Order: sequence, then structure tokens, then C-alpha cells
Amino acid sequence: MNKKPIIEIKDLVTYYGSRKVLDGINLQIMPGETMTILGRSGCGKSTLLRHIIGLSKPSSGKIFLKGQDITILTENQMLSIRRKIGMLFQGGALFNSMPVGDNVALPLREHTELEDSTIQIMTRMKLDQVGLAGFEDFMPAQLSGGMKKRAALARAIAMDPDMLFCDEPSAGLDPIVAVGIDHLILKLKKAFQMTIVIVTHELASVFLIADRVALLDEGRIIALGTVEELKNSTNKKVQQFFNRIPDPEKIDKDSYLNSLVGENNKL
Amino acid sequence: MIKLFKQSLGVLGRQFFMYMTHVSRMVQLTRDALYWTVVAPLRGKGGLRWKSTIHQMVLIGVNSIPIVATICFFVGLIMAMQAAYQLERFGASIYVADLVGVSMTRELGPLLTAIIVAGRSGSAIAAEIGTMKVNEEIDALRTMGFNPVWFLVVPRFLALLLVLPCLTLMADLVGILGGFFLAVFNLNISFIRYFNQTADALVMKDLITGLVKTVFFATIIAQVGAYQGFIVKGGAEGVGKSTTTSVVTSIFLIIVADLITTMIFYSTL
Ligand SMILES: Nc1ncnc2c1ncn2[C@@H]1O[C@H](COP(=O)(O)OP(=O)(O)OP(=O)(O)O)[C@@H](O)[C@H]1O
Ligand SMILES: [Mg+2]
Repeated sequence: MNKKPIIEIKDLVTYYGSRKVLDGINLQIMPGETMTILGRSGCGKSTLLRHIIGLSKPSSGKIFLKGQDITILTENQMLSIRRKIGMLFQGGALFNSMPVGDNVALPLREHTELEDSTIQIMTRMKLDQVGLAGFEDFMPAQLSGGMKKRAALARAIAMDPDMLFCDEPSAGLDPIVAVGIDHLILKLKKAFQMTIVIVTHELASVFLIADRVALLDEGRIIALGTVEELKNSTNKKVQQFFNRIPDPEKIDKDSYLNSLVGENNKL
Repeated sequence: MIKLFKQSLGVLGRQFFMYMTHVSRMVQLTRDALYWTVVAPLRGKGGLRWKSTIHQMVLIGVNSIPIVATICFFVGLIMAMQAAYQLERFGASIYVADLVGVSMTRELGPLLTAIIVAGRSGSAIAAEIGTMKVNEEIDALRTMGFNPVWFLVVPRFLALLLVLPCLTLMADLVGILGGFFLAVFNLNISFIRYFNQTADALVMKDLITGLVKTVFFATIIAQVGAYQGFIVKGGAEGVGKSTTTSVVTSIFLIIVADLITTMIFYSTL
């Protein structure tokens, strides 16, 4: 078993303008591991994924993919590394000007020397895996939100990547399709030893697929470990997440009022 | 008072600084596009996307033919009327042919075509790329290992470079036809005479200087459109803003480029 991490993040700090979004992230992900990232909306999960695949440069810190520090690479050097990376964007990000089939086939057409007929078969296979067989000729605008997500997943795995990143793959899907996606991810993991990083809010799918879980809060990882470890954690925020406990209500009227008025004054 | 002065100076300085960053980034983009259009294919690093280029040529070129033709015909006609108004007094109305022919090929053909294409296709380029930016499609391209400049800008740039000269030639021809229309039906100049007069008046140089300009115009339209697309921020509103800016900026730059090239031709050729 290879003990070197395939993804290693060291002291990652990022600002949007003057606002700190990621605040000293340290994370190691082993080859073949399925890491899920949990965290409240707006805590920086998508931003973290963007940095790992080099779409944005961090303010400070290092990111190693297969031992290569990507924060010092140029965009063109990054492009060839990304060919072995699949990414499912939160919004799908399908190419709206192309039919679904072309969306999936595009990387195969441009990056491989495969015959057109082979590419067609592979495209159908990938679409079939996400339950979209027969939708090749649909335009993205003709798909429902969940179907777009699945088509985007098919595109992400088209090149059989080593590393797959999914930003909320099952958000907006019905439970049956969602569990289908989970099983697809398990299958990819088994068949290709893919390293998979998933951002999700679905606890059910965390329990099913996660090897380890990282809990993000206000730009920091506040808990990291297997599902069992996190379930037994005594950290309040972790407990809140796993037991679905809402934020305590604001009891103090004055401070509540202050927070409203204060906010307005700042803006 | 002094404080106000200082403040406005600060605002001006910031504006100027912002403006210069835009300029330098646009130059950077143009260099990138030139690299991927000319250097990279020659060195065998990444070919050209011909299918997409041809698609763009149809969108940009073929679909602009009716509007370019109509406008240039009208302008030729208008110019002929204005010229005839002056020249008739000297009994020199035959020189309408010279005037329309030369100004159409040297100046108005290329300029009008470029402005129409900037309005039609420059804005479309900005809107398309801007929408893709908003929709994270550009990020998706990068994630799949494609250079967005190579994938999106080069086909449009190449299409414009190929199509704009053709459109301009057609515009020249149709403009001359407009003048001819007036001459034959209003000034009683025969077809043959008008034709000979135009042919005598025009030299190869006129045509070529006009076509050289189109290279610069095509570059401006493609790069300004693409740049405005890439810098879109926010949602649909950002796309709208960028689209408008792209048209205004490219028309402005087209006129400036026209001035400079005309000055060079005027003083050297
Ligand atoms: N382009 C941007 N410009 C400025 N701020 C941004 C930008 N993108 C994200 N942010 C800010 O960064 C923070 C983290 O955003 P991010 O999209 O990573 O959140 P997230 O954890 O993925 O949330 P969600 O679960 O809702 O998708 C947010 O507070 C957001 O306001
Ligand atoms: Mg997100």
C-alpha cells in the first residue's frame, strides 16, 4: 500500500477581497481514499475544491498533487495535470451550447486519438452509468436540474480520472437517484482505485461512502476522522452536524437588535 | 478646497490605473491569442479547431452579409448624391465615380463593415464568453485541460480574420454599386462610362490599404469582445454591462486604429 498522500494541503489561506475564506487548512488524502467534506453553507467548501484543482491561487500555503506543488505551476503546466482530474461543479457547468453527448465526448475527442465510433460507445456507457442513457442529443437547457448534475458527473468521469472531485453530487436529486450516485461512486472507487473528494450535505451518503470526513467551519477544519470517530466526538459543532441540531435561538433581545443595526451601519 | 483637489486627483489616478490594467491585460490576451493562432500550430503544439472556426465564420460572416450589403449600398448612394450636388455645378459629375470608388475602398468599406461586425459579432462574442464565465463553463474547460483562449478565442479570432476582408470587399463593391445606381438613373452617365471611370480612378493600392486595415479591425473586435467576456463578474447583469462596453470600446479602438493606419498610408505610400 502506497503511504504517500496523493493530495496534500499545507497551511492554505485564501482571501476574497479582505475577507478570509480559508484559514490555515491542513489536509492529507491518500490514494484510493474517499474523503467527504462537510460544512455549513458558505464555509468555503467549493473554494477549497477550486484551490485543489488549481482554478484559483491561494493567498498563502501549498498544495501538492502527487507530490507536485501546484501553487507554483503556470496555467499551461496545470492543464496537463488536470487531464487526470474529474470535477463535478456545484452548478453542473455543462456547456450550454452543446448537446449532452458532446459535453461528455469533448475531452475524449480532444485529448485522445480514439475512433469516433469508440468515443460514441464510451459516451453512451458513461451516460448509462448515471442513468441518462438515450439523452445524448438533448441540450442542457432541456434537462432538469438533477439530470444536469448527473450529466455533469458523466462528463467528469469521461476520462477515467485518478482523482474525482464532486461538489454536492446529490443535492437536488430524489433519494433513489441519489443512492444510485453513491453506488456509482463506490463502484468507481473499487474498479479504478479512484481518489474521491466529495462535498455533501447528505448524512446518509456520508455514512455509505466516506472513508474519512473533514468538517469545515469558518475556513478551518475543526474535525477530521472516520465517520465513527466523528460520531463519537464531543465537539459541540460536530455533534450539531451529525445530530441535526439547529442553532440556538437568539434569546437576548438587545444583542439581537444590536447585531441587526450594527450590521446595517457597517454596510 | 485643497482636500477636494487631492481627492479628485486620487479618483482620477485610480481610474487611470484601472484603465491601464485593462489595457495591459487586453494586450496580454491578444498575445496569447496570437500565440495559439500562429505559433502553436506551427510548432505542432495544439492544432486549430477548424470545425468551430467554420461555424463562427458562418455566424460572423455569412449572417452579416445582408446588413453589411444594405448599409453600404445606402452609404454609396448617399455619398454619390452629396458629391453630385457639388460636382454638378462644375459639370464634373462624372467624378462622382472617382469619389465614391476611392472613399469606399480606402475608407468607408472597411470602416463601416468593421463597425457593423463589432456591433453584431463583437457583442455576441462578449455575451457568449461572459455567459460561460458566469455559468462556470470556463472553469469547467480549464478543469478538463483546455486552454480557454485556445478553445474559445482562437476560432472566433481566426474566423474574423478570414471573414472581415471578404465582407469588406463585398462592402466596397456594393458601395460602388450604390454610386453607380445614382449615376445611371439620375446623372445620365452610361454604365460603361461609370465603370471605366471607376476602374481608372482605383489603383491596387486603394484596395490593399483597405484590406490591411481589416486585419487590425478583426483583431480589435475579437480581442475586445473576448476580454470583456472573460472579465464578467456577477450574473446576467454583468454580461449585459460587458456586452455594451465591448461594443463601445471596439468601435472607439477601430476608429483610432483607422486614424493611425490612414496616417501611415497617407505619409508613406
Ligand atoms: N467569487 C467570489 N467573490 C467573493 N466572495 C466569494 C466568491 N466566491 C465565494 N465567496 C465567498 O466565500 C465563502 C465561501 O464560499 P464557497 O462557495 O466556498 O462556500 P461553500 O462552502 O461551497 O457553500 P455552499 O455549501 O453553499 O456551496 C462565501 O462566504 C462566499 O461569500
Ligand atoms: Mg459550494
